[in-house]
Amino acid sequence: MKTDTIAAIATAMSNSGIGVIRISGEEAVEIADKIYRSKNGKKKLSSQKTHTIHYGYIYDEDLLIDEVMVLIMRAPHSFTAEDTVEIDCHGGMLVMNKILETVIKNGARIAEPGEFTKRAFLNGRIDLTKAEAVMDLIESQNDYALKSSIDQLKGSVYGKITSFRNKIIHEIAFIESALDDPEHISLDGYPNELMQTIDQLLDEMNRMLISFQNGKVLKEGIKTVILGKPNAGKSSLLNKLLGEEKAIVTEIAGTTRDVLEQYINLDGIGIHIIDTAGIRETEDIVEKIGVDRAMKQAQEADLILYVVDSSKPLDEDDYSIMELMSSKRFIILLNKSDLNTVVSIEDLENLCKDDKDHYVIIQTSMKDETGIDQLEDAIKKYFISGKIDFNNEANITNIRHKEALSDAYESLKLVKKSIEDEMPEDFLSIDLMNAYSSLGKIIGQEVEDDLVNEIFSKFCMGK
Amino acid sequence: MSELQNRKKTIIDKVDVCVVGAGHAGCEAALACARLGLKTVIFTVSVDSIALMPCNPNIGGSSKGHLVRELDALGGEMGKNIDKTFIQSKMLNVSKGPAVHSLRAQADKADYSREMRKVLENQENLIIKQAEVCEILTDINEETGKKRIIGVQIFTGGVYECKAVVLCTGTYLRARCLCGEAITYTGPNGLQAANHLTECLTNLGIEMRRFKTGTPARMDKRSIDFSKMEEQFGDEKIVPFSFSTNPDDVQIDQVSCYLTYTNEKTHEIIRNNLDRSPIYAGVIEGTGPRYCPSIEDKVVKFADKERHQVFIEPEGLHTNEMYVGGMSSSLPEDVQLQMYRTVPGLENCQIVRNAYAIEYDCINPNQLYASLAFKGFDGLFAGGQFNGSSGYEEAAAQGLVAGINAAMFVKNKEPMIIDRSEGYIGVLIDDLVTKENFEPYRMMTSRSEYRLLLRQDNADLRLRKKGYEVGLISQEQYDYVCLKEKLIAEEVERLQNTKIGANKKVQEFLSKHDSASLKTAVTLAELLCRPELSYELLSEIDPDRKPLSDDVIEQVNINIKYDGYIKRQIKQVETFRKIENKKIPKDIDYDDVSSLRLEARAKLKSFQPVSVGQASRISGVSPADISVLLIYLETYYQKK
Repeated sequence: MKTDTIAAIATAMSNSGIGVIRISGEEAVEIADKIYRSKNGKKKLSSQKTHTIHYGYIYDEDLLIDEVMVLIMRAPHSFTAEDTVEIDCHGGMLVMNKILETVIKNGARIAEPGEFTKRAFLNGRIDLTKAEAVMDLIESQNDYALKSSIDQLKGSVYGKITSFRNKIIHEIAFIESALDDPEHISLDGYPNELMQTIDQLLDEMNRMLISFQNGKVLKEGIKTVILGKPNAGKSSLLNKLLGEEKAIVTEIAGTTRDVLEQYINLDGIGIHIIDTAGIRETEDIVEKIGVDRAMKQAQEADLILYVVDSSKPLDEDDYSIMELMSSKRFIILLNKSDLNTVVSIEDLENLCKDDKDHYVIIQTSMKDETGIDQLEDAIKKYFISGKIDFNNEANITNIRHKEALSDAYESLKLVKKSIEDEMPEDFLSIDLMNAYSSLGKIIGQEVEDDLVNEIFSKFCMGK
Repeated sequence: MSELQNRKKTIIDKVDVCVVGAGHAGCEAALACARLGLKTVIFTVSVDSIALMPCNPNIGGSSKGHLVRELDALGGEMGKNIDKTFIQSKMLNVSKGPAVHSLRAQADKADYSREMRKVLENQENLIIKQAEVCEILTDINEETGKKRIIGVQIFTGGVYECKAVVLCTGTYLRARCLCGEAITYTGPNGLQAANHLTECLTNLGIEMRRFKTGTPARMDKRSIDFSKMEEQFGDEKIVPFSFSTNPDDVQIDQVSCYLTYTNEKTHEIIRNNLDRSPIYAGVIEGTGPRYCPSIEDKVVKFADKERHQVFIEPEGLHTNEMYVGGMSSSLPEDVQLQMYRTVPGLENCQIVRNAYAIEYDCINPNQLYASLAFKGFDGLFAGGQFNGSSGYEEAAAQGLVAGINAAMFVKNKEPMIIDRSEGYIGVLIDDLVTKENFEPYRMMTSRSEYRLLLRQDNADLRLRKKGYEVGLISQEQYDYVCLKEKLIAEEVERLQNTKIGANKKVQEFLSKHDSASLKTAVTLAELLCRPELSYELLSEIDPDRKPLSDDVIEQVNINIKYDGYIKRQIKQVETFRKIENKKIPKDIDYDDVSSLRLEARAKLKSFQPVSVGQASRISGVSPADISVLLIYLETYYQKK
């Protein structure tokens, strides 16, 4: 446990009017000063009194992020009893995330779940009963850490991070074995070789960082599941939303046999969109697995997009889908409006009379690209009205991943600089080790005895 | 046990501390106790083997050199003894950063042993006794419920009453040596093994384990053709190990070592005879170290390597024996001869002593506190290879700490603990007592997370104070370090505040040393950061400096050149200290800490960490468990 400076978004993650980013710890004010500019550019937060509020702007270097109010509370008169800064910004996830990232870039780290409360307790600010709740929260950290690190990463990312780590630990082990046994292992000409590896790693990591930024790697946002009978146009909908041909679209019913997942950013609202296999009674084993998965996804969804082929009459399969959706927020898309429609909006309204404010019905044609705008508007409306929200925890986890990855990236840049400055090899292993342990945080692995094991298994040392 | 029961228990002497074993750990432990004014007995199975070097003929080397320096700063003897008896010296890794520079000296083995014996024999309060200790005598301390040391019993039945015991039995407990099919039940070098103590320790509830190590053959110098090998010289300017040795006194004529290589032929012979190796045939039960592999291991595990280095090193000035570094083995004698004779220069070699593997009993060091006291005992301490380490230096360092803390115990004072941020000795001991080791532990620079701060050049600045507080360092020695510290700080500050203008003289100086010219004024410190410049060179443009000694200049140079890295590590150390300073009360009941995971609870119970920091390093204790523990401790202290 560190007693460094921590930060997190303190308000719920939604596009509400105002968001608060809280920073707590010894360097809270110092960090805020690095990113805050007053109107005349002269005010320093560090010279302001406690419990005062200041108008100004947040900058990421020279880039203006938002107009804000900054509240300063000095120790011990704050919730955590540490120096605390709260930045009130214009809600909106993108803005809040961006400010949080900037705060982190300037020296804070992301707070663990419950960490503000934990600090408040450790500093004697809250009593035992509250502490019990904190204990529970912390207890869940074990599961949480594991879940956030492995489950939320796709296999390919996990594999990539592992391969970065393997490359790095191999280099450290080589340097270290040469240092421990200089008469057996020589480092002549090694820095040049290392430089190539570093350049290659930096390149790959940079690409991954960019993709993190675009959100393709991250599974954050509103979990939105597309449901419908086979060949109703689910995959086409996904493609229209993504603007690219990802899902296989054919005329044959039952093409999507598993679950496809994508991330889209709808004017700042993150949407984690999942395309499923068409739901119908089937004997085909592979297709059946797909159908089962679709049902499972639907149960966990924040929002369901139900695609109906309006050119075919409703049947038993539709009724069972409707069943599945009850108690969920959903949007029904009366698709194929370009064909002869046999299902009307009224038909559907009659079917789901009970929960009127749980759904919207939109007529669409994927072929003619009509109705897509209304759909996007409907999703935004849902979100802004607060009717749907998304999983906070997942989002924080993802920022955590990004933080760790960019830490590793920065460490490798330091290695590069040390090579250029012709620093002795033992200095290189310091930052290599930092990069290695940062990457470990992403996949939930600690360093422990990795290095010693690598040295002994890969390099022949000793008398 | 049974044969001992017939012996008459007679009290021979009453002392403060008994040290069992007179190897590198035992010598340091005994000297520390005696020097701290305690009546001390040191037991050895052979007085002629005090401070014996049964394996390699050198002291120091990467990270081990650091240990010797630190030991010296605390008031230990090893550094002084090797300065008296070395025959070649080398600073390793000089082309690398200062943190990994490490001193290594070839010793005259017989001299080393003799000189250490002389020191022991002339030490006030110290009694040397040739005897095998068979029993540790204890009673129960009514107050603490712990087992309390009351004495030791030797093989003859004689009893030495004492308050504390330091166990430094090295590789002698139930030792057995293997050379192919030939097995002897002896300690190293044919010395008598100690076959009784293990049973007593087991009966006292101590968990024992079995480790293995090995040594290569020694050869007759006259049978070696050195013309086929590369000669390896010592350094031109010799740096002594001890901070108290005058550098002028160690500029001696040195002897050479020689380098040669194994080849495919060697490897083929080894591979063809693996079935006769006790290790590969499964005769050996002990766990051997991976870093010090036998030549059999090297050939099997690194099959793609075409050759391995072999260092031929003298065992002393007055002997023809040469040590064959890099080729330890437990293969039978006939295979050894064949194998060694394939190496260039060794074609006609005569083996004086065969290579062998040795197995011995030692303990799981998790049973110890960082003071090297046994948990559950009052007055029982342990150091050296008995604790599952390997190497002379590792042994000596632990022996010193165990000895000091035995003395502190007898004097009823707080133990001396060195933490991971203070020295390699701290890393060594913390690794032993906190982590789980399954092989003999060797020091390595990579094991030290703050190695930039824990350099061999500043061991005195780091640890003299501790040695002084304990009572092993004199007022004069301590005053010197305080003065040195002050001079370094003043000079660093001066360099950071002295501006140098971009004048002609300076630009000429810079171009002379291939250094970029100045555009504006900079500080001397900024210039010193340039890799091509040094404190010595800068004297040309820094006429106002006052004369300083070499050791001060060295520190100034390093502190400024690596300032950025050093500051980063100092910050890490601060974080480390915060959690290290959170102490766990001795009477903590982990069953009372709800929310701890089962594994963590079991581990915490068995390790009994003294601080939250130590708890966090136990494998199987997660960060979440540490949070739970912290919260528990907070409420615990609030209630008090």
